[in-house]
Amino acid sequence: MSDTDTDSDPDSLGPNVRQTAAEIATGDRTATLLQTDGLVKRFGGFTATDEVDFSVDEGEMRCLIGPNGAGKSTLLNLITGTYEPTAGSVYYDGHDITDHDPHERVERGISMKFQVPSVYGDLSVRENVRLPIQQFADGTERARLVEEAIEAAGLSGYENVDASQLSHGQQQQLELGMAAALEPDLLLLDEPVAGLDVAEREAIAERVTRLNEEEGIAFVVIEHDTDFVASIADEVTVLHNGDVFREGSVEEIESDPEVQRIYLGGEA
Amino acid sequence: MSTNNATDGTDSSLPGRIRSRFEGPNTIGESRGFWVGFLVAVAALAVYPVFGGGSQMALFMVLALLGLSLSVVWGYSGVLSFGQVVFFGVGAYTFGVVSINFATPGGITGAVVAGVLVGGLSAAMLGYFMFYGGVRDVYVTIITLVSTIVLYTFMAQTAGSEWTIGEAALGGFNGMPDIPLLTLGIEGASYQFIYNPFPMRVVGIGAFELSPFYYLVLLLLLGTYLGLRALVNSDYGRVMVAVREDEDRTEMFGYDVTRVKFVVFTLGGAIAGLSGVLYAARNVYIDPTVFALQFATLPVIWVSLGGRKSLLGAILATIGVEYLRISMSGELALVLLGALLLVTILVLPGGFVPWIDETVVPWLRGLFGTGSPDTPQAPGEVSD
Repeated sequence: MSDTDTDSDPDSLGPNVRQTAAEIATGDRTATLLQTDGLVKRFGGFTATDEVDFSVDEGEMRCLIGPNGAGKSTLLNLITGTYEPTAGSVYYDGHDITDHDPHERVERGISMKFQVPSVYGDLSVRENVRLPIQQFADGTERARLVEEAIEAAGLSGYENVDASQLSHGQQQQLELGMAAALEPDLLLLDEPVAGLDVAEREAIAERVTRLNEEEGIAFVVIEHDTDFVASIADEVTVLHNGDVFREGSVEEIESDPEVQRIYLGGEA
Repeated sequence: MSTNNATDGTDSSLPGRIRSRFEGPNTIGESRGFWVGFLVAVAALAVYPVFGGGSQMALFMVLALLGLSLSVVWGYSGVLSFGQVVFFGVGAYTFGVVSINFATPGGITGAVVAGVLVGGLSAAMLGYFMFYGGVRDVYVTIITLVSTIVLYTFMAQTAGSEWTIGEAALGGFNGMPDIPLLTLGIEGASYQFIYNPFPMRVVGIGAFELSPFYYLVLLLLLGTYLGLRALVNSDYGRVMVAVREDEDRTEMFGYDVTRVKFVVFTLGGAIAGLSGVLYAARNVYIDPTVFALQFATLPVIWVSLGGRKSLLGAILATIGVEYLRISMSGELALVLLGALLLVTILVLPGGFVPWIDETVVPWLRGLFGTGSPDTPQAPGEVSD
């Protein structure tokens, strides 16, 4: 869903800070999909994010971790446009989208799964799934995509059941399926396995990995569960006190004593 | 705003395809039995004036349009508005002012259109500032409620001669009398709908007179109901319901939630304006009591009792409650109405009509062995 026509767009200002000269020379790089530039969000006297520079490449699987209050959900809400930043900019696919409404960002290819499962409780599973799909598909194509999305979410047989009747795990799967049904380029997940048992976590991890590998969707996943993070992530960003504290591979982050210290409550 | 099309597994005949436009998970009634009952009810309403009481029923049906306007705004889009009477009253006054100044058939017809348009435009103005200003939830309710109070207070002090628009004096509490009789058409090709009964004679019943206004209102109510049924079962209606259920989720599916609320609020204002026009036309009079708090509360009561997520519920409850109110003495009717509302909210929060649909109708089906609805799934759920 990304618009790659950046030359003619006055918003085309996106800094590709993650690409290096060597990468460009060898062609061994992927383009930056999302970039935040000095993103600040204050709620009264409280600074939730403090000049955050954060980026995600096309097709990347990036996890966002950090202690409670680190600014993870605020950063996601700034990326989606739910919050307006106090200062700073958000670039997506080379466009400055800082002033864009959430639905306009979705049209550009950003999708999100909320922390608390946000499904339409009074509507059937099929009606739920149809909502995102009717945006871009009609007729028999729509019917096919709806059935495929239901099957992919593991909810075959529940088509006519009200979403409020599903278990917590099924609701998580349903919402993930709906967010993915938009065929986004970037999918933001806010604690997708919170409150799930081991089998349900594995199912979500498998689904997320498949969407990433087979459909090329880039992910930003907020999660506290280190096993889950280790099972899906390419790269991990650690937020602390509203700013990026560390970035690196899962192994690098896991072995970083400073990261362990902030998680255990010590001063960074 | 494409609507559902039955293409697989549903009745592909012409009546089946027409029906599929008006059926779906957002409305009650997906069986032939429902539509047969619906046609019987319409036929019963058509012959009702033969046995007297047509004028009163016409008033109830006019008010049912007001109930429908709230149902679509609140029940289907989640915007609880106490301001439907604002658009109702503005529509009524606009009709009065324009028709008094242009008291020809063409002018009166234009006044009807103007009343509906101004009802919609006033909703659009209020809605624009509320929704695009970021006002949500209960604050919308408060602002719309305050709007009724402001208009009531304003219109009440328009008794002086300076409050005249052309030939039309607003009249303050005395109201605006002498509204021309509702006549639609143009000079030389028009028809008067008020105080122009046509005489009939039927063997076995005898002679009686029928009011053309009654049938005009019946047609408009029928058209509005079916039009709204088609709307709420369309793709756009599905988005309306999604906005009601979860605004943030719907926005993150790429829908402009603010615009959806603005459009539906404007549509609701236009329907309320139509109701106001017909109200003023029927009474040949309008006064500021249409903006009073008690009247502003009535649509909320009708829709709550009937079932806010049911268009049919809004119509039936409006007619039922208004019949009750008029049949009983004023104070007692208010007490009974309040008690009925409390009981409904506590025992049947979904309203009477959905309750009947979910409990009584299946029981009757079991009793008569008619089985499940003849469309096993909503057409839209089989294929789009």
